[in-house]
Amino acid sequence: MSSPPGRRARLSSPGTGRSSSETREELRRRLLGLIEGNRVMIFSKSYCPHSTRVKELFSSLGVECHILELDQVDDGASVQEVLSEITNQRTVPNIFVNKVHMGGCEQTFQAHQSGVLEKLLQGDSAYDYDLIVIGGGSGGLACAQEAAVLGKKVMVLDFVLPSPQGTSWGLGGTCVNVGCIPKKLMHQAALLGQALIDSRKFGWEYNQQVKHNWETMTEAIQNHIGSLNWGYRLSLREKAVAYVNSYGEFVEHHKIKATNRKGQETCYTAAKFVIATGERPRYLGIQGDKEYCITSDDLFSLPYCPGKTLVVGASYVALECAGFLAGLGLDVTVMVRSILLRGFDQEMAEKVGSYMEQHGVKFLRKFVPVMIQQLEKGSPGKLRVVAESTEGPGAVEGVYNTVLLAIGRDSCTRKIGLEKIGVKINEKSGKIPVNDVEQTNVPYVYAIGDILEGKLELTPVAIQAGKLLARRLFGGRLEKCDYINVPTTVFTPLEYGCCGLSEEKAIEVHKKENLEVYHTLFWPLEWTVAGRDNNTCYAKIICNKFDNERVVGFHILGPNAGEVTQGFAAAMKCGLTKQLLDDTIGIHPTCGEVFTTLEITKASGLDITQKGC
Amino acid sequence: MGAQCRTAGQGDPAGTLLWQQEGEAPAMEGRQGYDLLVIGGGSGGLACAKEAAQLGKKVAVVDYVEPSPRGTRWGLGGTCVNVGCIPKKLMHQAALLGGMIRDAPHYGWEVPPLVPHDWRKMAEAVQNHVKSLNWGHRVQLQDRKVKYFNIKASFVNEHMVCGVTKDGKETLLSAEHIVIATGGRPRYPTHIEGALEYGITSDDIFWLKESPGKTLVVGASYVALECAGFLTGLGLDATVMVRSIPLRGFDQQMSSLVTEYMASHGTRFLRGCTPSRVGRLPDGQLQVTWEDLASGKKDVGTFDTVLWAIGRVPETRSLHLENAGVNTHPNSQKILVDAGEATSVPHIYAIGDVAEGRPELTPPAVMAGKLLARRLCGQSSDLMDYDNVPTTVFTPLEYGCVGLSEEEAVARHGEEHVEVYHAYYKPLEFTVAERDASQCYIKMVCLREPPQLVLGLHFLGPNAGEVTQGFALGIKCGASYAQVMRTLGIHPTCAEEVAKLRITKRSGLDPTVTGC
Repeated sequence: MSSPPGRRARLSSPGTGRSSSETREELRRRLLGLIEGNRVMIFSKSYCPHSTRVKELFSSLGVECHILELDQVDDGASVQEVLSEITNQRTVPNIFVNKVHMGGCEQTFQAHQSGVLEKLLQGDSAYDYDLIVIGGGSGGLACAQEAAVLGKKVMVLDFVLPSPQGTSWGLGGTCVNVGCIPKKLMHQAALLGQALIDSRKFGWEYNQQVKHNWETMTEAIQNHIGSLNWGYRLSLREKAVAYVNSYGEFVEHHKIKATNRKGQETCYTAAKFVIATGERPRYLGIQGDKEYCITSDDLFSLPYCPGKTLVVGASYVALECAGFLAGLGLDVTVMVRSILLRGFDQEMAEKVGSYMEQHGVKFLRKFVPVMIQQLEKGSPGKLRVVAESTEGPGAVEGVYNTVLLAIGRDSCTRKIGLEKIGVKINEKSGKIPVNDVEQTNVPYVYAIGDILEGKLELTPVAIQAGKLLARRLFGGRLEKCDYINVPTTVFTPLEYGCCGLSEEKAIEVHKKENLEVYHTLFWPLEWTVAGRDNNTCYAKIICNKFDNERVVGFHILGPNAGEVTQGFAAAMKCGLTKQLLDDTIGIHPTCGEVFTTLEITKASGLDITQKGC
Repeated sequence: MGAQCRTAGQGDPAGTLLWQQEGEAPAMEGRQGYDLLVIGGGSGGLACAKEAAQLGKKVAVVDYVEPSPRGTRWGLGGTCVNVGCIPKKLMHQAALLGGMIRDAPHYGWEVPPLVPHDWRKMAEAVQNHVKSLNWGHRVQLQDRKVKYFNIKASFVNEHMVCGVTKDGKETLLSAEHIVIATGGRPRYPTHIEGALEYGITSDDIFWLKESPGKTLVVGASYVALECAGFLTGLGLDATVMVRSIPLRGFDQQMSSLVTEYMASHGTRFLRGCTPSRVGRLPDGQLQVTWEDLASGKKDVGTFDTVLWAIGRVPETRSLHLENAGVNTHPNSQKILVDAGEATSVPHIYAIGDVAEGRPELTPPAVMAGKLLARRLCGQSSDLMDYDNVPTTVFTPLEYGCVGLSEEEAVARHGEEHVEVYHAYYKPLEFTVAERDASQCYIKMVCLREPPQLVLGLHFLGPNAGEVTQGFALGIKCGASYAQVMRTLGIHPTCAEEVAKLRITKRSGLDPTVTGC
C-alpha cells in the first residue's frame, strides 16, 4: 500500500525563500494533519522489515491504513526529524491509531496482544475526551464549541476562585463577567449622564438635579451578565460540550484532576488540552491591600456605591474605571506610578488623561501606595492611603471610601499542574510561550488568550485564536491566527480607538524620517450645540513614506471611537494608503469622515485647532 | 439687461489674467473678470472656489437664496449647512437624546418620567450653530481671497453672467471658466390644491420658531423619513404618507426595516396613499384629503403642519442656460455633464446636485469641486470616482450603506453569483436599556466566487455613519469577504458584528447573533 500521490506532492514542496523554521512549521502541521485525518497512519520506509510486519498486521485485521514511505518522498529526512519532535521517537515505523501515538512495531504488536489496539481501532476510547479546555472564558469557549461542531468530544473546565473580597461569578470568563461587558455598560451609564447634560441644550426640559443610583445600575448590569452566563451554559449544552464547574489541575500526561466547590475530585483524560485560564488582577503586596482594596473583579458587582475612590494604576482598566466612576458623579483620583496607558501611543494617552482631568478626575503622578489602613468599616468604609513619591523623598496621604487596584494582571498558570507534564512558562511573567500555532512545548497542550506570552490581551483575539486552533486541530484547516494590526478601543470618557503602530513604535520600526504623520483636531457636530470643547477630539494616522504612504498606525480620540475604528481596521487589512483615504468619500456629518480629509502633516507644524465662531 | 450692468472686473489689471496653461484667447475679448466664477455657494461650489483660489486663481462665488414659498431664507453654505445635513443631524441628535433620557433610569439615573421637549430652544440652538457656519464660510472665502457676491445669477452668454441683488441692482461678471453648483430645492406638488399655500418643506422645517405640532410628512425619500423620525423622537405626532415604496434606490430589505423600526417607535404610516387637497380649517389646523390608491377610498385628517418631501428639483430654471448653450436633461432638468464635470459648453462645468446622474450628497460634491479646481489649475488630472459612495440615512435607527444594494447586485451579476452574509444583532447598550433590537441588522453583499469580493455593505443600527465610513474604505480597496473576516473585532461594539458575519442568506440558517 502506498500513499496517494496527491499527499506526497503536498509534503514535498516547501516554498522557496522562506526561512527553514517556517518550512518546518508547515511540515509539522501537515504531519499533524495526516495523523488527525487518518484512522491508522503509518510512517514507514519501503525497505524496512519492521514496517512491513506492521503493514501485514493491519492488513490481516482488515484495517485500511494510510502510509507515508519516508524513503519515497523528497523531504523524508525532515519528516523523520519533525516526527521525532512530535513523538520522541526517531525510528520507523511510527504508528498512530485514531490519533493516538502507538509507538513502533513492537508496541503495536503488544497493543494488539493486550486488546488495546482493537479498543483504539473501535473508537477514540483511549481517552475520555478528544479535547479538554481549561478555562471557560471567551477563548476557551470559542475553541471548545468549534471543536464540538467539528464532531469532537469536548469538555470545558471552569472554576472561578473568589477574589480576596469574596467576589465570584459564572461561566464566560473575564470579558463577560468582570471586563468588557460590564465596563462598557458602566461607561454607557456615564455617557448617558453626559447626554442628560447635553439634552438640555437640545431642548429637553427638566430642572431637577439628576442623581445616579449605583444599585439600580449594578443590578441591571448583573442581570444582563446573568443572562449571558446562562446563554453560555445553554450553548455548550446545545453543542454537547461537557461543562464541569471544577478547578482543573494536570496530574500526569493527558490527565487532569477536577476539583469542585465541595472539594470532590474527579480525573479526566484527553488527547489534547487547551489552556485558556486567563488572568486575574494583581495586588500591590503592601500592608492592607488584600484586606481593604478592591479590583475590577469586585467593582462591577459592588453592592454599594464606592464613593470617593482612589484608582491605583494607569492601565486601560484603571483609566476606564476612573472615567466612568467620575462620569457617575463620584470623586475620583488616579494614582500613576509612571506613564499612562503603557504600550499605547503616548500622545494619545496624554490626551485621554487630560480630557479626564478636565472632566473632574484628579491625577496624582509619580506616586505609589505603601500602606492602606482602615479608618472606618462600612459600605463603603473609610480608608487611609499613604503613598510615596517615585522621585525621591516625599509622601502623601489621603482618605478614600474605596481603593481600586488596577496595576496589572497575573496569568493563572502557576497552580494548574503544568510542571507535572512539563509545560514551560515564563517564570517571571507566568505567561506561556507558544509557537505560531498556539502550541506549547508539550505537543498535545495548546494555550490561547491572555496567558500567551507576547500576544494581545483582547477578547476577539482569544476567540479568533480559539476557533482557528480548533479548526486546525480537528478540521484539517491551516489558517493561523493573525496577531498583526489588531484594532482596539479604550472606553475612557473620550474613547480612544487605534489600530496598528503607535507613533513611538512606528519610529522605532520605520525610523522617523521615513514616516509622515497626518493629524487634526475635530469638533463632532453633536458637540457644537451641546457646547462641548471644540479642540479636544483628535485624529492621527502614521504613514510609511517609502511604502506608498501605507497607513501603519491609526488613532482616533472621540465619541464612538470603537465604531469608527472597526471599519478602518478592515481597510488596513486590505492595505490602506493615504491616497486611498483621500479618494474615499466621507459620510456627512460623522466623526469618521475626518480621516478622508486629513491634510496637515505633523512635520509641517501647522496649526490644527478648529476656529470657533 | 447688459446695458445697466457694471462689469466687475473692468479696469482691473488682474482681471485680464488668463489661464496660463491654456493660453488660448478667450471668447470674450480680453475682459475676463475672473479666472473662475462659481455659481452657487453650497458645499461643492465653495470647495471648488477655495481650492482654485488656493492654487492662485482669481475666483468669485455668487450665491443667492431665493426665499421658500413660506418665506424662509438663509445664509452662505448651501443646502447641507442650512437646510440639510447639519440641522437635520442636530435635530436627529436631539431626538436621540430623548431616547437616552428614557434609557437613563435603567442605568441608574433618577430622571423624572415624561420629560417635555421645547422646540423653540432646540431650534434656536440649531439655528445659531448654522449661522455660525454661515459666518465661517464668509470668513474662509475672505481668507482665501475669493470674491463673494450675494446675487442671483443668470447667463448672459457663455462667458458672462449677470447677477441681481435683493434690491434689484445688477452686476455683470465674466470669467474664463464657470462652475454651476446651484444645487436643488424641494419640489412642491403641482396639482394638489392648497399644497403651496399651506405646506412647508425641508427648506422651512429647520427654521421654524415654533413646534410644527402634529405633522403629516408626504413622501418616502430619506428626507421624509429623517424628518418624520426626529419629529416623532421629539414627542410630536408624525405621519408619513407613502405613495409607493420607501427609500427608492436603497436596498429594499433595509428600507423596510427602517420603516418597521419607525412604526414600532410611534411614527404612523399611511401606505399606498396620495394627498389630493389641503385646506385650512377655521381653527387654523390643516385638513388634508387623501386617496387610498388600492381602494380608491378618500380619507381626511387634520394636522398642524404638512411637510412635502416628495423630491427635489434642480436650480436651473432661472440660470438662462440657453444663453450659454448649456444642455440639460429633458426630464430631470439637471445639467448634462461628462466624466470631467464639463457641460455641453467645454469651459462651463456643473457639480453637485444640479448635475445629471450625480449622487445628491455633500461629500461627493465637495470632492468633485476640489478635483475640478485642481484639474482646471493643471495640478492633477484625477477624475472624480462616483462609485462606492458611502452614505447614511439618519432615521431613528440609522442606516449606513456603501456599494450595491442586494437587488442591484443580483441584477448585475445574477442571483447564482451573489452571496449575501447577514446577521440580526443586539447592541450591548440596548440590553440594559431593554430596547427592542428587532431591526438591528447587517448584510454584506458579495460575489459568490472566492475570494468573494464585497459589492455592498448595509448596516442598520446606532452610529451607522461612524461604522460605515471605515468599511467604505475597505470596499474602495477592493476588500474581499475573506479579508473582512480576517479583521479582528473591537469588543464590545456594533461594528464588530460586520467582521463576524458568517451566515449566508442562501443557507437559510437563523442569522440572529447570540452571545459574544
